[in-house]
This record gives sequence, structure tokens and C-alpha cells, in this order.
Amino acid sequence: MVDQAALENDQPLLVATSISKSFGRIAACRDVSFALYPGEVLAIVGESGSGKSTLLQLLSGQLAASAGHVSYRMRDGVARDLASLGEAERRFLYRTDWGFVHQDPAQGLRMAVSAGANVGERLMAVGWNHYGRIRETASDWLTRVEIDTARIDDAPRTYSGGMRQRLQIARNLVTEPRLVFMDEPTGGLDVSVQARLLDLLRSLVAELQLAVIIVTHDLAVARLLSHRVMVMKGGRVIETGLTDQVLDDPREPYTQLLVSSILPP
Amino acid sequence: MNAPAYNFAYLDEQTKRMIRRAILKAIAIPGYQVPFASREMPMPYGWGTGGVQVTAAILGPADVLKVIDQGSDDTTNAISIRKFFAKTAGVATTTATEDATVIQTRHRIPETALSENQVLVYQVPIPEPLRFLEPRETETRRMHALAEYGLMHVKLYEDIARFGHIATAYAYPVKVNARYVMDPSPTPKFDNPKMDNCPALQLFGAGREKRIYAIPPYTQVVSLDFDDHPFEPYRFNAPCALCAAEDSYLDEIVTDDKGGRMFVCSDTDYCESRQAAGHHGSLSAAPYKEKAQGGING
Ligand SMILES: Nc1ncnc2c1ncn2[C@@H]1O[C@H](COP(=O)(O)OP(=O)(O)O)[C@@H](O)[C@H]1O
Ligand SMILES: [Mg+2]
Ligand SMILES: [Zn+2]
Repeated sequence: MVDQAALENDQPLLVATSISKSFGRIAACRDVSFALYPGEVLAIVGESGSGKSTLLQLLSGQLAASAGHVSYRMRDGVARDLASLGEAERRFLYRTDWGFVHQDPAQGLRMAVSAGANVGERLMAVGWNHYGRIRETASDWLTRVEIDTARIDDAPRTYSGGMRQRLQIARNLVTEPRLVFMDEPTGGLDVSVQARLLDLLRSLVAELQLAVIIVTHDLAVARLLSHRVMVMKGGRVIETGLTDQVLDDPREPYTQLLVSSILPP
Repeated sequence: MNAPAYNFAYLDEQTKRMIRRAILKAIAIPGYQVPFASREMPMPYGWGTGGVQVTAAILGPADVLKVIDQGSDDTTNAISIRKFFAKTAGVATTTATEDATVIQTRHRIPETALSENQVLVYQVPIPEPLRFLEPRETETRRMHALAEYGLMHVKLYEDIARFGHIATAYAYPVKVNARYVMDPSPTPKFDNPKMDNCPALQLFGAGREKRIYAIPPYTQVVSLDFDDHPFEPYRFNAPCALCAAEDSYLDEIVTDDKGGRMFVCSDTDYCESRQAAGHHGSLSAAPYKEKAQGGING
């Protein structure tokens, strides 16, 4: 669980202020505000079409907000408005201090390139120029995500769904980001494979003190991983709070519905 | 005879001016791929229409043109292009590297060191070095704009992981003027060091892909590598069988159907000049032209 004292002493890592996004007449995201602290895991839950992925893209600077803004405290301690970052800065942030784990591994991996190079790519992007060290680091990361290092030269297209997701995680974590965005990372996996991935994520997040914003329609995922939950409906955040509180004792009728229909009693 | 039905060097003046503007821009931004409105030429794309258009745009009546293909002046492709400009521009042609002012090439840089009064024009099939791993053009352009070249090392990493060394032998990526990563066209990596700090202007034309890029004289050109896997120009470890050169790029030529082979200079002008100057290799008694040609084309 979150150490409240430590959180209060700390500055927020990411702050969203009244962000909204419309696609034509569809208000996909409306007036969302919150702060995320270092090491905090926030789950965004809600039914399909409620605006979760849109919000994640706004938070990670992949979509420009129609209104409002998002600020991020960079490694130098200075909070910057994402919209004010140049493209080079934004892309640098994206492959160093941030990670993004996609539901579809093909979006987050180079499927035709070896696992070692998939993990090593970020290192090479920030100027690592020693093959032996890149490979060694990639190999360490494969071990940490429970991939047999004998598979280091195989391309992820030869991997199972669960392995692909674990590889995606290694590829993101190799630069030791402080914040990782995840969009339905366990979606499309078998239940047993999901459970293993969740266990792994849980221990990596704790070990690395990662801040995570995870989008999921699966409340079990939220319960297992997150400290805090935001419930979305029709583009709005209708309820937010500590995970156990929201899931065990939801205030909003909509959340009650979500909880009762998905979680076993 | 009748006046020719085409302009000097085939292309009309307006087209040549357009190409020259692209060339000037390319020279101003070394290694950067400048788009240009590539024209249809009276030859197939595979014949180097990009190089032909660049040559047409820079050629003057006093120029002396040399055309090489895989180092040879005598392939069908090289002969056709040479004849094309002899006919359409009336320029003098040569096979001697030092006599040429413009050298159009496919696959090789001459062994004879180039000089300030020469221009080397490369025929380029695929100008984008990042395409191998990133097929999206919008993305590769952004990568160039932001000098994000980690992906190039991903390719070299893959080579080492697969073959134990950087196996890329042709089109080996270089960084030009410490800024743009460039594909040197399908020249063997043996030639990469010749691009660095070269006194001659180097121009690259990709016809089908409509791109021109350049290395101005005396520009730094560095072959990408890893600290623990440094760039190495590859050469067969043998002297030329005809001229005994130990410093030239060699072609391996199969001499019979029983596994017989020999190594000879790929640069035929260089090899012939050396033989004329009295250098002899182990097979130099054999009539060179027939033998080499038979091997290459037969
Ligand atoms: N690029 C887009 N163009 C138009 N409408 C979109 C776009 N992306 C999302 N939407 C719409 O915005 C709403 C929220 O979608 P999304 O954020 O994907 O929801 P979720 O991830 O919760 O399923 C939906 O009505 C969806 O159809
Ligand atoms: Mg979604
Ligand atoms: Zn020779």
C-alpha cells in the first residue's frame, strides 16, 4: 500500500488540470483533473467507450487536449506543461523517463527484430555504443521478466502472447522510467497467463517504485495492482478514491453496477 | 545530319534547373535527402535514372565523362549510359579515372584517389537507411529531423547477434558531417573510408524514390559501429591475380565448373593501368579482357 506520509512529502509527478477532448461532437474526455505521485499506481476503469484510452493518450502527450493541460515533473525536478515540450524533448521523455505498454504487443514491439534488440533499442537511442554491455543488460532484463535468455535472439513473433507482453515490459523498463502508461496490458490473454503477468507487474512496480497509470476494464486487475482508482463514464470521472474503498464500498450507483457485475461476491 | 530533337544532355533546361536547385540544397545540408521531381528517362529505373538525371543536370560541354558499373567501364549498363551522354551532350568520355571530370557510378568508388575537379555521381536504388526497420516514411523523416538514430544501431546489433560480427557488407550506413545518417548506396563497405574527407564532390541520385543527397568536398563521413565491434572495411585476403594489387577491392570470379576461382580488381581501369605500368599477378599472362569478361557476364 501507499505510504501516505511519503506521498504527502513529495511533489506530484504528473498533474492533469481540467483536461477535455472532443472528437467532433463526441466528448470523449471531459474536465478530468488529478495528481499522480511518484510510486503511485492509478487504475482508470470503466466500460468500453467511456474514454479511458483517450484519457491515457492525453496524459502521455500522444493526443493534444481540446482544453486543459497536463504537467510532468522532469528528472531535473522542474514541472513542465506537456504542450510546451518540443517534439524532440517529448520523444526523449517517451523513451527514457516514460514507458508505454500497449494491449497489442505489435504496437509496442518490433516484431521482426530479436528480443535482445527490442530491449536494447532504448539504450542505443540514448547513445549506448557497446554491444556487449547492451546485450548483457538486455539479457538481465529478460531474466527479470522471466523470459529464458536462450530466446534472446528470437523475434517476438515467435513468442507466446504472455511472453510478448513481458518483453514489452522489459523493453520499456530498461531505461528505468519513473512513469509507465499501460492500456489493457492483460487484455486478450488467457486467465492463467494474465495472473502470471499481473504477479510480475506487481513485483516490478514495487521493486522499482514505478508510478503507473493503467487503463483496464477488468476490476480484478485494478484491485491487484493499483493504489487508487478513477471510474470513468461517458468521458467523465464519476468516482475516485483508494482502490479498496472504491471497489468494496462504491458510492456511485454506476460503480456499484460495475463492481457487482464483474467481481464475484 | 538533322539537329537533335532533344536538349543538351537530354533534359530540358527547366528540369535541369530544378535538379540543380535540389543538388545545391543537398550540398548545403550534407547527407540530407532532398526530394525532387524525378523525370522519366529513356531507360528503365534499374539503370540508374536518378544518377543519370544528376549527371545530365551538372554536365557541361567541356566535361569528360566516365561511367562505371560494379567497377567496370564495360558492362552493358555502363556502356549505354556513356553512349547516351556522348550522343545527347556530345561530351568526351573516358575510362581513365584521372581524366574524368564527372564519374557516374553504380556500386563502386574508383581506387584511384579522386581530386577537387571531379564529381562522383552515384546511382541509388534505396536512399533511406532507416527503412529496413521503419517502413513508415513519416516516421523516418521525423527520425532524421530529430537525429534519432538508435534504430541504425538496432540493425547493426541484429547483425552481430546473428552472425557474430557486423555482416552488413554493402550499403553500410554512415553519418555525414556529424549530423545525418546516410545510405551510401550499394557500394561495398570497403569503399566507405574513401567517402570521408574526399576532395571530390559526391552526389547521390535515386530516380524511382525521387531523392538527391550529397557529400560536399572534404566532409567527415563516419561508418557507424560499436565500440567493441569497430567498423572494418572488408576485402578478400589475396592479391589481384592480374595486377598483384593488395589494396584494391576484389571480385571473386569463377573460372570453371570445377570450383576454380580467382580474385581480380573490381575496378578494371585501375587494374589495367597497373598492368600497363608493369605490375603482374599470378594469372596476368592470360588475356585479361576475355577472361574477366567471360567470368562476369558469362
Ligand atoms: N480518434 C477518434 N476519433 C473519433 N472518435 C474517437 C476516437 N477515439 C475515441 N473516440 C470515441 O471516444 C469515445 C471514448 O473512446 P475510448 O477512449 O477509446 O474509450 P475506452 O478506451 O474507454 O474504450 C468513444 O465514443 C470513441 O468512439
Ligand atoms: Mg480503450
Ligand atoms: Zn588488379
